[in-house]
Formats: sequence, C-alpha cells, structure tokens
Amino acid sequence: MKFGIVVSEGPYQHQASDSAYNFVKAALAKGHEVSRVFFYHDGVNVGTRLSIPPQDDRQIQEQWTALGKEHDLDLVICIAAAQRRGLLDENEAKRQGKDADNIAEGFRISGLGQLIEMGIQADRTITFGD
Amino acid sequence: MSETIKKFLYVNRKAPYGTIYAQESLEVVLIGAAFDQDVSLAFLDDGVFQLTKGQDTKEIGLKNFSATYRALGDYEVTKLYVEKESLEERGLTLDDLQNIEYEDEDDDYAEKSSIRLISRAEMAEVMADQDVVLSF
Repeated sequence: MKFGIVVSEGPYQHQASDSAYNFVKAALAKGHEVSRVFFYHDGVNVGTRLSIPPQDDRQIQEQWTALGKEHDLDLVICIAAAQRRGLLDENEAKRQGKDADNIAEGFRISGLGQLIEMGIQADRTITFGD
Repeated sequence: MSETIKKFLYVNRKAPYGTIYAQESLEVVLIGAAFDQDVSLAFLDDGVFQLTKGQDTKEIGLKNFSATYRALGDYEVTKLYVEKESLEERGLTLDDLQNIEYEDEDDDYAEKSSIRLISRAEMAEVMADQDVVLSF
C-alpha cells in the first residue's frame, strides 16, 4: 500500500505529528510505502531546526529528519502556510530579504500542488490533525 | 497533469474566523482546482458558518474571504454539501447562506445552486464514496 500523510497540527502543542511519525514508522516496518508527508497549517512548525525541546522529551524534528534520511522520505512543508508562520529555507529567505532561514535537514518547502498530487498518487491519504 | 481522476472531498468543520482552518482549506481548494479532479466540499458542524451571508470582519481586523465561495463555480467547484442537522443545531436555515451558483454548461449555461442540502446520514454516504478526504 502506498500512503500519503498529512500533518496539520503543530509539534508539542498537539499529538498529531507524533501519531503521524508512529504511523509512518509502523507502515514502513510492515513493508508499505510512504510517498510523501505533507505538513500544513501549524504542522509546518515541525520543520524548524531552531526548536529546543527539553532534553528528556522527544525531539520531534530530529525524529522526522532521521526517519526521512533512513527511508528517503519526501517531507514537504507547504510554502503558503510556512511563510505565514516564519518557516524559510535559504532561497526563500534570500528572495524575501530575510536575514535568516530555519528549515531543518531533510525537509523541503513546496506548494499546495504537492498535496493534491500526493492524494492522486497514493492509495490512501491519511490526515493527522485535530 | 494526471490521467487519474479521483474524488476529492474537502471537509470543513470550523467557523470561518476563530482559527485559520477555513481560509487555508479554501487555499487548497483553489490550488486543487487546477488538477482537474472530481471535487466536492462538505460543510458540517461550525463549518456551516463559513457560508453565511453578511459576514463583516472589519472590527476584528481579519480578511473577509466569504466572497471566494461564490467564485468557486468559476473553478468548476460546483458541489457544496451542507449538512442539514448542523444548520438546524445552530438555528440556521438555507436563507442564512449566500447564494452560491454555477453555470451548468450541459444545460445551456443555466445558473444553478452549488449548495446541496443533505442529511447527516447522506453526508456519511457522500464521504464513503470518496477517494481522498481532506479534513479542515
């Protein structure tokens, strides 16, 4: 089965990104494919490399980056949602005249078309949200 | 873009301005319209407030995007399912909603309402009939 995943709530504030992470891990372990993980609404905040959670807590962004690297996952952050919330990659920071970028390794910023395309291509699209 | 045509349902459950869900849902719908899929929208729970007429956001400093729903027909988004029970539970009737119409090209471009009032049980059937359900 080919899964497309939507994460639509922010990390720590909401369990959605944790549940999505656990689901993706379990699906991959069972031999399923995850074609893309699309971060929308406050879910885009998962992809900042500047979060500093307490050391005894789970490291949500690092978990996703590691899982993405291990399985070559396509972790996509919605550009429209990201711009509102201050998530930038190097190109976008330059283009918008901002003095910093903050996107974490393994994530990429792209458009909403990637969400629709994922829905078309995946056998199942699953939303983790509120 | 793709030869596959899937049935997409965008489920709108939240009031228009308390959170950003309604606005960012519309953004997905508008982008998604370019993909030539079979698109429907569902409005239930507080989501029915998204379609009410006479919205005025001046005092809260937010953008009033309610007119966008009336433009959906131009994007060939013509199926807006509204749950009857959700309207009733909030003291609303169809008269409280905007007129949202589309031109039916198969019927000499007659103007028809995009709003389809259905029961909760029928909404379950609409949902069961979809390939992709995105919930906002």
